[in-house]
Amino acid sequence: MNWASILDLLRISLHAMVPITLTAVGEIIGETAGLFNIGLEGILLTSAFVGVLGAKAGGAIVGLLAGVAVGLALGLVFSVICTYWKGTQMIAGIGINLFALGFVAFGLIKLGAPGFHAVPPEAQLLKLRTPMGALSPLIFVALVVPFLAHLFLNRTRAGLILKAAGENPEAADVAGINVNLIRLLATTVGGALAGLAGAYMSVAWFGSVTKELSAGRGFIALATVVFSGLNPLLGLVGGFIFGFFQSLATWIKTLPTKTIPWQFVDMLPYIVTLLVVSGVVGRVRFPKALGVPYKRE
Amino acid sequence: MTGADVRPGGRLLRGAHRTLSGLHPALESVLAAVLGLLVGAVLMYIWGYEPWHAYWALLKGAFGGSYEIASSIARGVPLILTALTFSICVRAGMFNIGAEGQMYVGAAAAVTVAYFKLPAGLHLLVGIALAGIAGALWSLGPALLKLTRGVSEVISTIMFNWMSRFLVFYLVAQVLVDPRRAEKTVSVPRTARFPILVAGTDLSYSVFLAVAFALLVYFLLWHTATGYEMRAAGLNPTAARYGGISIKRTILLSFVLGGIGAGLAGAATTMGLPPTYAIISGLPELMNLGFDGMAVAMVGRNHPIGILVAALFFGGLNAGGRVMQFYGANPVPLEMIRVVMGAIVLAMAIPELIRIFPALAAAGRGLVGSFTRAKKETA
Repeated sequence: MNWASILDLLRISLHAMVPITLTAVGEIIGETAGLFNIGLEGILLTSAFVGVLGAKAGGAIVGLLAGVAVGLALGLVFSVICTYWKGTQMIAGIGINLFALGFVAFGLIKLGAPGFHAVPPEAQLLKLRTPMGALSPLIFVALVVPFLAHLFLNRTRAGLILKAAGENPEAADVAGINVNLIRLLATTVGGALAGLAGAYMSVAWFGSVTKELSAGRGFIALATVVFSGLNPLLGLVGGFIFGFFQSLATWIKTLPTKTIPWQFVDMLPYIVTLLVVSGVVGRVRFPKALGVPYKRE
Repeated sequence: MTGADVRPGGRLLRGAHRTLSGLHPALESVLAAVLGLLVGAVLMYIWGYEPWHAYWALLKGAFGGSYEIASSIARGVPLILTALTFSICVRAGMFNIGAEGQMYVGAAAAVTVAYFKLPAGLHLLVGIALAGIAGALWSLGPALLKLTRGVSEVISTIMFNWMSRFLVFYLVAQVLVDPRRAEKTVSVPRTARFPILVAGTDLSYSVFLAVAFALLVYFLLWHTATGYEMRAAGLNPTAARYGGISIKRTILLSFVLGGIGAGLAGAATTMGLPPTYAIISGLPELMNLGFDGMAVAMVGRNHPIGILVAALFFGGLNAGGRVMQFYGANPVPLEMIRVVMGAIVLAMAIPELIRIFPALAAAGRGLVGSFTRAKKETA
């Protein structure tokens, strides 16, 4: 139990915070406008995979952008189905998750590496040298994005319109706001952020992609959204908490003293998620029209 | 659609109209399946495969002969059960996406029958009961979190899936492990296996378990007071509560019943699937059957009878996919099937799918209209 090891834990936690925070903030934006996307897990996985393809073709930045593009596209598919076509949001989300499972498994086989595909070191995003050790630059992005989202939602006219679309779409419609378009844009932005999170995982953090890369993070992000009560700053806090416990599990497994079987250590993040969510539910308030497609009477 | 029908023969025509209108949801399921296959074809084409060859191989591999059909049914058996898990809860107004994890613990519980001796038949029944109970117990977690703390079941069931996965990994590696072969658990003894139904195939008597459970769910939901309460709670919880229905009870019931179904799916894949009759390390025989069941449930319109039909279709996709992945010079990997499934579910999410295709909708209306001579809606 030395300082170096504790610092190590903190460093992994900061890295683990990024995908959960980015995904959660994106979903906060989407849910504020009234769409509940459980397809985040699938977006994370697909963009992680496509990010690898992009990185191999044109370097790390291209990889990240490819991930963003995929997230944006899947967010668009989800939101067109759930706004203009009045689709059931839960089912559309499940569809995206199933699609991603197949698409990524299929793609991995196509690349000739069943279940695992590494990103060559030169195509990975460079880490910054700091006194703490190597840190991914995206950690700073993940620290800034929640503040920007907070300002956007609470200090701009557009943010207010977004809230109106989620809270009272009828009134927003009467006020001349195009509810479906607003919701579509919000969810697409949310998808793009999840896409960035997915590509970060493969291109800038693990340096590889597997079928289990997302490991429930999409749903942990949903739990973070519940924890945050749609406040992006609390989304950052939640992202760090969940990131910390994920890292703690990894960290415990590297300790020289063997305590409990690794399978039980791996359960830790999921148990913590349940505990946190069951602790905060009841005091958070969600938009009135969340999950309900808007139909003009 | 139809006004007051006072023409002679009106009743007959109305009956015909009702039948045709009832076909509408089934038509949408077929349309969703076709769309899913089309998306799959486009993707195959982009990745440099020959979609039509692949689908031909898939079709032959799924329904080309009695052996193939038996294999398709065998692949459909666990899907029937996990689909019911999802559907029971949807009918009661819940999104239980935890069939996957409930199935794992069911499978692990079924394997424990290897540790005691019982006469054949009774041994099998005990295994089925253990699996069902384990699945039900595992579903209690999310149900109680929902009831006591209001935790969304969408989040909790996924967390329980991951916990179940690691728990069963542990059990397979440390507790139920075969002392002679470390990569699998002990095998279910002969006295506790579902007998093979069609010699030389994977199809065992477990199909009767799945069908019986589907019929039981149908009877319970549509022909008992309890089932009526569950469906009422799903359709309109506020009204149901107003009518004196205990929402807590319907939530608990639907989760437990669903958990039993998923547990039985675990039993079917360990006690009724040759050759190993065990859980293999990494759970290859179980992985994703719970999630695929959700697709089956949606295409089956969350109705037990629809699920039986949809499970045959998806079982065929699975069995045919296994043939497809070895067919031709450039075979298509099995994983393509799940891409198709995802696309089908996305299409199923759209209510009134037919309306997106005006021509189809018009044809459908024309068909119904020609029978009833009802006034055509001007859409």
